[in-house]
Amino acid sequence: MRYAMVIDTLKCVGCSDCVVACQTENNVPMGYCRDWVTETVDGTYPNVELELKSERCNHCDNAPCVRCCPTGASHIVEGGVVLVTHDECIGCGACIEACPYDARYQHPEGGYVDKCTFCHHRLEKGQNPACVEVCPTKCMYFGDLDDPTSEVSSLLQTRKHKVLAPEAGTSPNVYYLIK
Amino acid sequence: MQEEIFVSGRHIPNIDPYLQIWHWEISLYLFLGGLAAGVLFFAALFYLLKKEDEMPATVKYAPIIAPIALIIGLAALFFDLTHKLYVWQLYTTVRIQSPMSWGAWVLLITTPISILWVFSYYRETYPKLEAKLQTFKRLKFLKLETFEKFLIKNRKVMAIALIPLTLVLGIYTGILLSAFNARPLWNTAILGPLFLTSGLSTGAAGILLFTKNHFERTLISKIDLALIFIELALIVHMFMSMYAGSQVQLEAMEVLLGGSYTVMFFVFVIILGLLVPFTLELSEIIGFKVPIIAPAILILIGGLIFRIVMVNAGQLTRYLY
Repeated sequence: MRYAMVIDTLKCVGCSDCVVACQTENNVPMGYCRDWVTETVDGTYPNVELELKSERCNHCDNAPCVRCCPTGASHIVEGGVVLVTHDECIGCGACIEACPYDARYQHPEGGYVDKCTFCHHRLEKGQNPACVEVCPTKCMYFGDLDDPTSEVSSLLQTRKHKVLAPEAGTSPNVYYLIK
Repeated sequence: MQEEIFVSGRHIPNIDPYLQIWHWEISLYLFLGGLAAGVLFFAALFYLLKKEDEMPATVKYAPIIAPIALIIGLAALFFDLTHKLYVWQLYTTVRIQSPMSWGAWVLLITTPISILWVFSYYRETYPKLEAKLQTFKRLKFLKLETFEKFLIKNRKVMAIALIPLTLVLGIYTGILLSAFNARPLWNTAILGPLFLTSGLSTGAAGILLFTKNHFERTLISKIDLALIFIELALIVHMFMSMYAGSQVQLEAMEVLLGGSYTVMFFVFVIILGLLVPFTLELSEIIGFKVPIIAPAILILIGGLIFRIVMVNAGQLTRYLY
């Protein structure tokens, strides 16, 4: 089992529905977010290209946040999902410094570190993450990369894709379809 | 030209637009940890070299800096935690890949040893304290005197333990930062040796404040001169390795060489923290009249500002994808 998220940048319209769905589903504190949308403009007018991406924790195979955690609160569970055990987290901030994607934050009331969980509580029930579920353009896909017949596997086999900051050496599990 | 805009208006406190997770507490701790490591390293080293009587400041008097620095440093670290009640979780596990975990364990051992080391010398260093301790001595079950004799007999064991412990403590303050490849300014292996050298140098400066005899002052000054020279060389190495690095490292260098921390780094760390005290210490050894307190204080302030610059500047640098 190796969970992955595949996001089609050609279908994304940047509506931020995924952001709102996540905040509602996971009770994310006001002013914080576990996923966000970036807009990248490339080129010089009139030859410009626009790319919209819904970003979040990449649930890296080689997760620097897990490596540097002094208590083992940040850990990887079955399926490659990176989670934080709140009762083991001391709030030292090392994992936040370690994340090249700045995907983590200190919970303003709890004090522990929090981030995207791929909606682990929904995965356990066989459901998709909330952001994938609500996307109005159906640009997000979720599934198992170990299964060659899954939707995510076949998309990655047939479409040109990229991951974020591959040079950081983290082996991310969120893929972006770019053609 | 590429331009990136956050559409969803991400403004997470302490993270956007740039990271501010670690504040002055961490800089202060990195400085105090290095200082304590330096002071204790020299105390243990010269004790083992049997220079106890020729170098009383190094072996007996200056080590009082260490427990005070470590306790203030640990308090600062604790103050910076956001989930404080769970701090004991550090001591439920040993994580080889996390420098912070090694640091937690090394501090747990080094801090008590530093207190015991100072206590074993208190009759010579603070004779007035003895009268005040009478109250405790009356509590027979504490067996303070037996304990003191035991410590005095085992100073050699403490010294042997302190050598590796202080070296790990000194180097870990640098490795702690260099282990984060997400912050390109920190992500250089030279930071461990650099912080260790700086820590030993600030330790030597701390000892200089306590020295009274000429032999000891000259020897420690000479050691400090060598350390400052090595530190400058390591800083040059750091810039060179960054300049030969990838795009993110080139951008990271800009913060120190033509960015918001350039003035602070060159004026307070390089000139006032290293070059000026180097000149002053050298003049003192040659025979000019220089109050030794001047270079010592400059080195200590320079060491603190170096940590502040590295912690803050490092958090400005990141991967842009």
